[in-house]
Amino acid sequence: MRDTLDTTEEISTGRRQFTQGVAALGGLAIAPGVFLYHAAGAKPDDQAVSSQQRWGMLVNTNNCHEECDACVTACNEENGVWSLGRPETDAQWIRKLNVRDRQTGHVTSMPMMCQHCEHPPCVDVCPTRASFRREDGIVLVNKHTCIGCRYCMMACPYKARSFIHEPLQDQLPHSPRGKGCVESCTLCVHKVDQGDNTTACAEACAEEGHEALLFGDLNDPESEISKRLEKYGGTQIRADLGLNTGVRYQGI
Amino acid sequence: METARFSTIHANSVQYWILLGTLVLGALVGYLAAHHMDVEGHHITGMSNQIVWGFPHVAAVFLIVAASGALNVASISSVFGKVDYKPLARLSALLAIALLVGGLVILVLDLGRPDRLIIAMTVYNFKSIFAWNIFLYVGFIFITAIYLWMMMERKMNRFSKPAGFTAFIWRLILTTGTGSIFGFLVARQAYDAAIMAPLFIIMSFAFGLAVFILVLQASYAWTQRHLGDAILHKLRVLLGVFVASVFYFVLVYHLTNLYATEHHGVERFILVDGGIYTFLFWVVQMLFGCVVPLVLVFIRPFSQSRHMISLAALLVIVGGLAQLYVIIIGGQAYPLVLFPGMEESSSFFDGVVAQYAPSIFEILLGVGGICLSLAIVTVGIAVLEFLPESLSDKALKLESVTP
Repeated sequence: MRDTLDTTEEISTGRRQFTQGVAALGGLAIAPGVFLYHAAGAKPDDQAVSSQQRWGMLVNTNNCHEECDACVTACNEENGVWSLGRPETDAQWIRKLNVRDRQTGHVTSMPMMCQHCEHPPCVDVCPTRASFRREDGIVLVNKHTCIGCRYCMMACPYKARSFIHEPLQDQLPHSPRGKGCVESCTLCVHKVDQGDNTTACAEACAEEGHEALLFGDLNDPESEISKRLEKYGGTQIRADLGLNTGVRYQGI
Repeated sequence: METARFSTIHANSVQYWILLGTLVLGALVGYLAAHHMDVEGHHITGMSNQIVWGFPHVAAVFLIVAASGALNVASISSVFGKVDYKPLARLSALLAIALLVGGLVILVLDLGRPDRLIIAMTVYNFKSIFAWNIFLYVGFIFITAIYLWMMMERKMNRFSKPAGFTAFIWRLILTTGTGSIFGFLVARQAYDAAIMAPLFIIMSFAFGLAVFILVLQASYAWTQRHLGDAILHKLRVLLGVFVASVFYFVLVYHLTNLYATEHHGVERFILVDGGIYTFLFWVVQMLFGCVVPLVLVFIRPFSQSRHMISLAALLVIVGGLAQLYVIIIGGQAYPLVLFPGMEESSSFFDGVVAQYAPSIFEILLGVGGICLSLAIVTVGIAVLEFLPESLSDKALKLESVTP
């Protein structure tokens, strides 16, 4: 076919290729911006975040195995929270906490992370409103306005936040992170906004067959989490502070 | 006192330039240390996810607290009408501004993102005491500068009393704000106490006056101006009263905590088995920062010696730094209590006392801020008329006193 092309067609093809090239280049140039905007927007394209939902988590410590840290590994993989080999300054969004009763010696193991409070002390103290609570109850840090003062870390009763102590590389697009800012569990907000209706830690726990973590809508009486909480109850850690946490525990 | 003559110091001596050069160099080294921390990240400091505020915050809070206290001497003359202190008011206001600037520079340079200062200046969360403090600190500099203008410009002298009154009220609110940074931390065992605000106010009285006494003595000695016994001994007695007041507030803070069982853990940590924090509390803060200065300023023959007054002021400063180290770093080193009465453990240092040792960069930044403050004073007294030509008993028309 190429041999039979006349000159006009050659010019036309050349022009088409040129136009396509320019379009592709233009697309390449703006794509990261569009992509980042999409990731940073962190909400579904077709609907706004609403207070009709209150996303939360139920932790059944009776099902949580002391030696298992699948939730921690899954969170790190999902959000790109890599260890830099310095435990004291490495970020930890979720950790396994062992609690031992001094009187009885009984040990309870549980995951500990941002409790996504209704009245979060981190949001109260943040001078620049970088720490904020979405309408659906997820507490996040705006990485564009966090000045790295660490007052939220002083205020958080759960030691849920980490400061990024050194330059990072290979961050994941849906999980913006950077030196000099504070971060914590996002309740896998990117998955929530995609409609996955679960988090990486809860998925991993289920895959292990433990089913100690249940994600869901606390405002929906028909959701599994609401039904279980209604039937069996749930405890807030440091309930005395009156923060109305979105993460509830059973068996503590 | 209306007739007190003020003049600039002569900045043409070698000693002056050596002093200023040293201070500027110290400030510059502090800036370079902060820049290095900014480029490398905070992992090169002693700070961690356990101790999030380190030595720079100790130095910064000391300077900010001392700044509001340094203004007291001016307030005593303008607000409380003690005319004997009026010749000291200008230096008092200059020192207040200089100390606050030094403290703020440290705080800003220690931010994770100091390049985002503009965000802190333009986006506010009015439920955050930090956001209020930005207003309070900037407002303090502005109001104190106006107060200085009212005092230094003859035509504006009549407004100096209302300006001084405004500055006095403002400084009380400011230190309330600084103390509340800790008082409002509901979850930490060592904080979450309303007494933090008045404690910080009385600490500011003592620390600010101690810095003022040292700067006054040094500037008069090094410029061969006469500093009479009468005014110095007034300041000496005042320092003693302030130090005793700090002792009272510290006593009430710990007694209140000791009464509540839930705070026994943190009290035991600070008072008995906290290692460096226990040492700093009992030996540096209480013994050298409180008891020894009280002896030096109130008991003869020490109280008759100018050197002993200087030593007392210096010890109050050292004790004050130790006190803030214990409050800020000791308060964080004691672990958060998630489950009262239980033992906690995790890979994130739950349930264990956090380790902290300041890095050289943090120390240089803290010292750099102090150098910047003193450099501002050194330049200030050379370019504007802050210092009375004489503070002799005769010039002040004060009766000579025998302490």
